[in-house]
Amino acid sequence: MDIGREQAILTVAGVEALLAALRERQYRVVGPTVRDQAIVYDDIETVDDLPRGWTDEQDGGHYRLSRRDDDALFGYVVGPHSWKRFLHPPRQRLWRSKRDGDDVQVTAEEARPERFAFIGVRACELNAISIQDRVFLGGPFVDPHYRARREDAFFVAVNCGQAGGTCFCASMNTGPKAEAGYDLALTELIGEGEGRFLVEVGSEAGREVLESLPHQTAAAADTNAADEIVARTTASMGREMPDVDLHELLLGNLEHPRWDDVAERCLTCGNCTMVCPTCFCTATEDTSDLTGAETSRERRWDSCFTMDFSYIHGGSVRQSGRSRYRQWMTHKLATWFDQFGSSGCVGCGRCITWCPVGIDITEEVRAIRGGQSEGRT
Amino acid sequence: MAVTGLERIVREHPFFAGLDEAFVELVVGCAKNVRFEPGAYLCREGSPADQLYLIREGRVVLEIAAPGRGAIVFQTVGAGEIVGISWLFPPYRWNYDVRAVERVRAISMDATCLRDKCEADHTLGYDVMKRLVPILMQRLQATRLQILDVYGKPAA
Amino acid sequence: MSGVQPAPPDPMVPQVARVRRRRQDAPDVFTLELEPEGAAAAAFAPGQFNMLTAFGVGESAISMSGDPARKGGVIHTIRAVGSVSRALTELRRGDRLGLRGPFGVGWPMADLDGKDVIVMAGGIGLAPLRPVIYRLLAERDRFAEVAILYGTRSPADMLFRSELEGWRQRLDVTLEVTVDHASEGWHGHVGVVTTLLPRIRVDPEKVVALLCGPEIMMRFAVQALTSMGVPAESIYVSMERNMKCAIGLCGHCQFSPVFVCKDGPVFRYDRVRYLLALKEL
Repeated sequence: MDIGREQAILTVAGVEALLAALRERQYRVVGPTVRDQAIVYDDIETVDDLPRGWTDEQDGGHYRLSRRDDDALFGYVVGPHSWKRFLHPPRQRLWRSKRDGDDVQVTAEEARPERFAFIGVRACELNAISIQDRVFLGGPFVDPHYRARREDAFFVAVNCGQAGGTCFCASMNTGPKAEAGYDLALTELIGEGEGRFLVEVGSEAGREVLESLPHQTAAAADTNAADEIVARTTASMGREMPDVDLHELLLGNLEHPRWDDVAERCLTCGNCTMVCPTCFCTATEDTSDLTGAETSRERRWDSCFTMDFSYIHGGSVRQSGRSRYRQWMTHKLATWFDQFGSSGCVGCGRCITWCPVGIDITEEVRAIRGGQSEGRT
Repeated sequence: MAVTGLERIVREHPFFAGLDEAFVELVVGCAKNVRFEPGAYLCREGSPADQLYLIREGRVVLEIAAPGRGAIVFQTVGAGEIVGISWLFPPYRWNYDVRAVERVRAISMDATCLRDKCEADHTLGYDVMKRLVPILMQRLQATRLQILDVYGKPAA
Repeated sequence: MSGVQPAPPDPMVPQVARVRRRRQDAPDVFTLELEPEGAAAAAFAPGQFNMLTAFGVGESAISMSGDPARKGGVIHTIRAVGSVSRALTELRRGDRLGLRGPFGVGWPMADLDGKDVIVMAGGIGLAPLRPVIYRLLAERDRFAEVAILYGTRSPADMLFRSELEGWRQRLDVTLEVTVDHASEGWHGHVGVVTTLLPRIRVDPEKVVALLCGPEIMMRFAVQALTSMGVPAESIYVSMERNMKCAIGLCGHCQFSPVFVCKDGPVFRYDRVRYLLALKEL
């Protein structure tokens, strides 16, 4: 079925109708909303739950919301949450066991299917989800919990109307325009008076929903306006990843003095791994009641920055902060290629924004590339 | 000149493998065929280090006597290997006991004789050094691994 | 939905197994024979491992140490080094535990035909190599020379003594055993396991060496083999890293580009040589 570039125009009322239509189709609608002075992802019901008229200022170790002078629904970029908290939840029970005399019964935690409708998914995030799909669904072992939550997901993407202060999707080839992986993609035609959105259809399911909404035909002017917005966003990225073979650069410089430099700044707090949309590491935790008759195992998010992440008897392999930072960065930008055939980074900039000391992964790459004559392995 | 039995034995030992013809004769002059029964000592800690032993057959152990603990064996050396480095440098004293644990046949090189010949002919001296040092290195590496106690109980 | 297929078993959920036999091999080392309930023990290749759960305590990766060709329970030799392994070694006959597996890439059994095989084990490293030894001895004609070199800390730590004796008696196998620290009454070789190499004939063109033990021991052994002319492609090592899932999804066992749980634990040395040279990787 050739979807082509089927387009239409929605107004804000149309977006409201979209949320309702998704709810009617038994989707759990999740989207951006303002909470705790940030734009986070949570269950939403109406357009009023969206961060209407808000924008975000982002820089290294800096995140602030401020009011826009318009009523844009999607006039910001990405916050501390990513969609991974829904698809790959921070805590997940795996099984329970119960002692019955000498016998023990193990009960697997059933993979509970979800029908998420994600509203406002950015191009970088679509790429991140596709990267996590490869991790959890594309290998010899499939994660049934991820699959159950992912299979029926509906994506309403948004093409960013502006680039964030730490964004670099353009230089990672992951945005700002959503190219694939969505059911519907909206471009908010900001500055056109009443809120208007160019909608692009990305799937049969998307078309079916669109056809049930009040919408108008898209004119050439609308398409051009949308293209211009995307072009403007592309040209105003806050950061840029240097155009260099990252695999070769990083793996050829594992003893570069820059690692010592970043180690002096890095607190190994792990914020970057929590906010990164592709980080997937987990740990397991066994608990039991006081008698030991009932036990369970839970899986929870973990971070390679923790002291005992690499613990084997006698001690941790990566004791120094230097080695742990190096592990994270070389995994994200280099060895991810060896493992999954692509970069692990989508240029969303979260790790830069949410690092308390503002470490910038693009700057670290630049420093290693720049100082390559010294400290080569 | 006919090749004597001793000359053949010296040439055959791995320590002198590939030794220059000119040196073989020099070296054989310091050599002697020796045997030890199980339990016999090749040398004692503190005694003059007069010999370099090239083990041909059987095994010896290097051990140190510690008060209250008896003799502690820290290394086994076997056929094809050598025993004795202290003869090279003053004070020319053995640092440990060497005891045969099987019937041992060895070539005993008189240390004074060998040292004198190495002094007289530095080329021979250098050749002998080049043979000794790698063995020293291997022993050092092995000792390091021993000290690292890699199998020991990990720190609590 | 009609026609629902049974869901494939979730690789993170253990089967329940019963301890059929328990034996102490050394002060802190125990061998357990396990019988999974409800299903036969899965076939495994030498070098693979299972994830064993001590209910309420946690889970640990333990290599199989028994003969893959033997029917019946699956055998694991466990050293008590942490809370989970200690709990496993305290299980008694009839106790239950959780079992997931087998996981991992094992020893290169298919590449040993016609070769001189050196099995070099340090400490508890003899356990993951014992399945190989069983196969080497059972199919002895497939291989040229077979040498087993085994080093432990002290005589008290030596594993599988009676089997070692049996192997020593064989005329078609060379067995050399050594201890780092001798005790009274020990009349065997003293010195680290690398000092056993001069006692066997090593033909660099024909030899394949399988190494298992503490990482330092394996690195020293590689040095010794390399200085004897053995190429990196003829040496295999068994790596160990922190594991939580054993299926390449938790991220803990990463060793730069490879996951020890699914790309290893056995690696051909040339593949990991540059990694082993780096600290804290």
